[in-house]
Amino acid sequence: MEHIRTPKVEQVRLLDRFSNKSTSGTLHLTATHLIFVESNADGAQEIWILHHHIGSVEKLSLTTSGCPLVIQCRNFRVVHFVVQRERDCHDIYSSLLRLLRPVSYEELYAFSYNPKQNEQQREEGWQLIDLGAEFERMGVPCDQWQLTDVNRNYKICETYPRDLYVPITASKPIIVGSSKFRSKGRFPVLTYFYQEKKAAVCRCSQPLSGFSARCLEDESMLQAISKANHNSRFVYVMDTRPKVPNLDMAGYLLPQKYVDILSPSVCVNLLPSLQLNAMANRAAGKGYENEDNYSNIRFQFVGIENIHVMRTSLQKLLEVVGTRSLSVNDYLLGLESSGWLRHVKAVVDAAIFLTKAVTVEGASVLVHCSDGWDRTAQVCSLGALLMDPFYRTIKGFMVLIEKDWISFGHKFADRCDQLDGDPKEVSPVFTQFLECVWQLTEQFPQAFEFNEWLLLQIHEHVHSCQYGNFLANNQRQREELQLKDRTHSLWAFLLSEGQNYLNPAYCHTYAETHPVLEPSTLPCHLKFWRNMYHQFDRSMHPRQSVLKNVLTLKESNRQLEDTIMKLEARLQKHGISPPTPDPQAPPKDQRTLLNHTRPHSLILAAPLSLKEAQHQEEVGEEAKKCCSDTERTVEGSSGSERKESYGDLQGTYGDKVEPAVVSLEFGVAHMTC
Amino acid sequence: MEFAELIKTPRVDGVVLRRPFLPTVEGTLCLTGHHLILSSRQDNTEELWLLHANIDAIEKRFVGSLGTIIVKCKDLRVIQLDIPGMEECLNIASSIEVLSTLDSVSLMYPLFYRPMFQVIEDGWKSFLPEDAFKDLESMTEEWRLSDVNKDYSVCSSYPPLVAVPKDVDDDTLRKAAAFRHGGRFPVLSYYHKKNGMVMMRSGQPLTGTNGRRCKEDEKLINATLRAGKRGYIIDTRTVSVAQQAKARGGGFESEANYPQWRRIHKAIERSSILQESLIKLVEACNDQSHSMDRWLSKLEASNWQTHVKEILTSACLAAQCIDREGASVLVHGTEGTDSTLQVTSLAQIILDPACRTIQGFQALVEREWLQAGHPFQQRCSQSAYSNSKPRCEAPVFLLFLDCVWQILRQFPCSFQFSQHFLVLLFEHTYASQFGTFMGNSASERSKLNLSQKTVSLWSWVNRPQEVERLSNPLYEANCLVIWPSVAPQSLLLWEGVFLRWKRSSRCLDEAYDEMVHIIQYNKELQNKVNNLRRQLAQLETEEAGEKED
Repeated sequence: MEHIRTPKVEQVRLLDRFSNKSTSGTLHLTATHLIFVESNADGAQEIWILHHHIGSVEKLSLTTSGCPLVIQCRNFRVVHFVVQRERDCHDIYSSLLRLLRPVSYEELYAFSYNPKQNEQQREEGWQLIDLGAEFERMGVPCDQWQLTDVNRNYKICETYPRDLYVPITASKPIIVGSSKFRSKGRFPVLTYFYQEKKAAVCRCSQPLSGFSARCLEDESMLQAISKANHNSRFVYVMDTRPKVPNLDMAGYLLPQKYVDILSPSVCVNLLPSLQLNAMANRAAGKGYENEDNYSNIRFQFVGIENIHVMRTSLQKLLEVVGTRSLSVNDYLLGLESSGWLRHVKAVVDAAIFLTKAVTVEGASVLVHCSDGWDRTAQVCSLGALLMDPFYRTIKGFMVLIEKDWISFGHKFADRCDQLDGDPKEVSPVFTQFLECVWQLTEQFPQAFEFNEWLLLQIHEHVHSCQYGNFLANNQRQREELQLKDRTHSLWAFLLSEGQNYLNPAYCHTYAETHPVLEPSTLPCHLKFWRNMYHQFDRSMHPRQSVLKNVLTLKESNRQLEDTIMKLEARLQKHGISPPTPDPQAPPKDQRTLLNHTRPHSLILAAPLSLKEAQHQEEVGEEAKKCCSDTERTVEGSSGSERKESYGDLQGTYGDKVEPAVVSLEFGVAHMTC
Repeated sequence: MEFAELIKTPRVDGVVLRRPFLPTVEGTLCLTGHHLILSSRQDNTEELWLLHANIDAIEKRFVGSLGTIIVKCKDLRVIQLDIPGMEECLNIASSIEVLSTLDSVSLMYPLFYRPMFQVIEDGWKSFLPEDAFKDLESMTEEWRLSDVNKDYSVCSSYPPLVAVPKDVDDDTLRKAAAFRHGGRFPVLSYYHKKNGMVMMRSGQPLTGTNGRRCKEDEKLINATLRAGKRGYIIDTRTVSVAQQAKARGGGFESEANYPQWRRIHKAIERSSILQESLIKLVEACNDQSHSMDRWLSKLEASNWQTHVKEILTSACLAAQCIDREGASVLVHGTEGTDSTLQVTSLAQIILDPACRTIQGFQALVEREWLQAGHPFQQRCSQSAYSNSKPRCEAPVFLLFLDCVWQILRQFPCSFQFSQHFLVLLFEHTYASQFGTFMGNSASERSKLNLSQKTVSLWSWVNRPQEVERLSNPLYEANCLVIWPSVAPQSLLLWEGVFLRWKRSSRCLDEAYDEMVHIIQYNKELQNKVNNLRRQLAQLETEEAGEKED
């Protein structure tokens, strides 16, 4: 609290990002949130911004109307305040600067967040996901794979979990030798087992091979992985990095004049600590597997760019879509030049390659990048999602994230900038994974038990630091922080409101008919994820949501079924047995005959935040209560709360006869039908 | 019959058909005067019946004596026919080429088509101007229906009956017509019940370089303004294009002569540019390349989405002037038969809930496109694949449908129809068994006596089973004005048309069916609950009655 200089500032204006609209209200600064309360009397809107969500605060130069303060959030909310007095603005600005740079984990919200839960519920929340049980579900340990205790004390690899699965023929010396030859000790371990073909998906980091070094233990390790699968004579080694060093990236990190005059290898030597591409790494004593040294491997580059390229790419994308009065052509050219969708496509393509190798060829695959915690996590988890229907359920998706991201040490703290750290470590790798999943849900609307809101909600909380799950960089750090004792689990919270995240079109039998998904990555089938990157820009969303509507109906169906049971019971008391058969689904063929059309997407709008998701639930509640009533609020109509100018009505009529500016205000329209 | 002369080889056996999403079929290919038919003569395979009129272009390829014809359709589908025998293949190809480009209206299929369904309501009589005017009369007395154009002599592209201000006589109309492009004097397009404001449309005024004026024209449009009120003229051309039009005798309303009107210029491209845009877009969509950059830059270069945005923006502006500013609006471009109609019809979709119903949308198409003289035959004689030099072809109506789809996407519960209806209209404007979109104006259709000789599309659409198929299960009447977002991020590529043949929509269809099922089930459950409640209430009152006894 000592950082808060001014807890409350009145008469602050909030400017809309894309129009000339503004609302005025009061700004409150608390220990955890920045809160804007509209002063408008009826239905005053509140915006709650968690300090952890704030990515950057910028104080612009003083204008006649006040001092502008622009806040960019990690959940892609951008707010633009104008504070009347410069001093107030400065106070808020400097308080925020301090508040959003926590230096120790203990300062994070998760350690003070306290929902209405007792200790037992809290503990149960942490027990929801059990990775041991998950490996059992996959069929390991088995005759070829076993649990090893080499990393029990995080001695071999401190960024790996304690429990690791390796081929039974991989002895301890082999493991230890291999780990010494791998960057950060991240030796090859099992992450997914495809039971049907006994094929394994393994992950690791790059070998420290340089141009010629080799390691017999590492070679034996791969041999052991190969031997564990009788269906295939070889193992694929997927290096997810591009083969050629990316000089653009060097250009981004070094002044251009150096890049121009230096050869790539010199550039690389200038940047020893940075994550580079496979070739460049080779020059730095790291590199990739030499097919001559490893028997029975097939080596493959798949070309996903590194964290720096991804960071710049998303920044560019956000810059483009944040432009006011953006033209269609600038939008499309911006999408192109940002490269974001190209990168998304590269990740999905890599996952498809992995899936095909495993499910069609029955081969085991070893996936790595440089350190094996970014691109490797993306490809392994997305591949598993394509191969295994379990991961397409709500619970399964949580397990997948827990396994491939949290336990295998994706550096959430660094990538999501949880503590004040190195800005070059920050990268939207996990966001990109969520987007890839979203692209799949769009292509396979029946295959996923969850809807878009779950993805948005997970993204929200990866950055909120409100739950313990994503804090710190690896399991070892999490144990040191005693997160399971001191914080709450996000999964428990999400499951408790699971109704909101159900995909109404989810089909249980789809998994049987389509165990493996084969998505299209034709460029025209990959789309800009508006509901993520414009989550808070309401004016861009559809005004009515099909998803929300159908979810409400589904809930209403459940309640109506209950009501029918109760009514029938009451009728039976009067001695009357159920007169009519229960309404049944019309026969399938009849239904398909009726409707050949389809909506473009079932997901047409998303909740703005947790608060709104709850609000929606309430609205749903209301709708249920009055489903027989005639009065009903038509949501999303007459440009409520938005003011968009379609053209140039500005200018004067005659001369000064009429007001100088023709106003194009849209009022709020709520009507009853 | 003369078709026989054009068909050199009416029948070929052993032809293999490949088409999107359906299994390859081998069978007999038959050519008739209007159809290309492929049948395997087996019950379990689908036959192909393709209207020659739907064929936009063909390509021939030969490998040895096996010929292949790639048929590119106006609905953007591409099918392949493998024909054994070089001579047969050449004959078939040349016949298709001739039959698909017949210019003679008297040979067109709708004149030969006999409906296989019972016509319940004759679509030719469903949307008569007299009936539409009755609705207007119930709201206002300021307008009258004039038959000044009863023999199409005042304006060849207008219908015989048009709505004009009550105080303006036919003589004034004739004089105003002489001052407007194509005789298209300002007529009523839409009356906004909420505030009595109106939208009118016309052709450009023929001011020429020396600034001609026409008192009658000024009187005509001023008659639509309330005392002390001003109106907006939305010119669908840029200022410079409008300026240039003066040199060719056209022009725009000057401030001096129309002091009560404020002119706003919006840039909607002319038809030739739109056609080029469609060709580029379809080319981009059919590109098999896996490069994201290439796709996005091609999509950008096509400018299609830009046109969608421009048209929607102009329509929103017109609607805004009427609803928010409380001002009347006159819309025109050059001829007043293309961009003008896009703007006036879309503005009505935004403003008028009635236009968002199945019947109301048909009435809108009838009123604002067919009666208003959009030259469908000229605009839709070729689609995106044709190699022949475009004459007057342009996807003006398709762009309108695309804009409607964009609004439908943003307000998925406010339309009684689904996108399927829009796709159906797209298909029938380019090739149809119905006479509705034949000809270029009401006068041409009446000369051809289409209402007697052909079946109307509306007769087909308004049968209960078809209405059900085209309905939107999520529809809930929404009496509000609906303002769409025109931000580029809110506008999407219309997959239902442009990517329709790229990927099977099966899993999306099934998901959609599931949603329909949830909605239907909800209705059934509600009915059941109501029945049970009624039954229970009845029982309880009876029992209460018994107790009293």
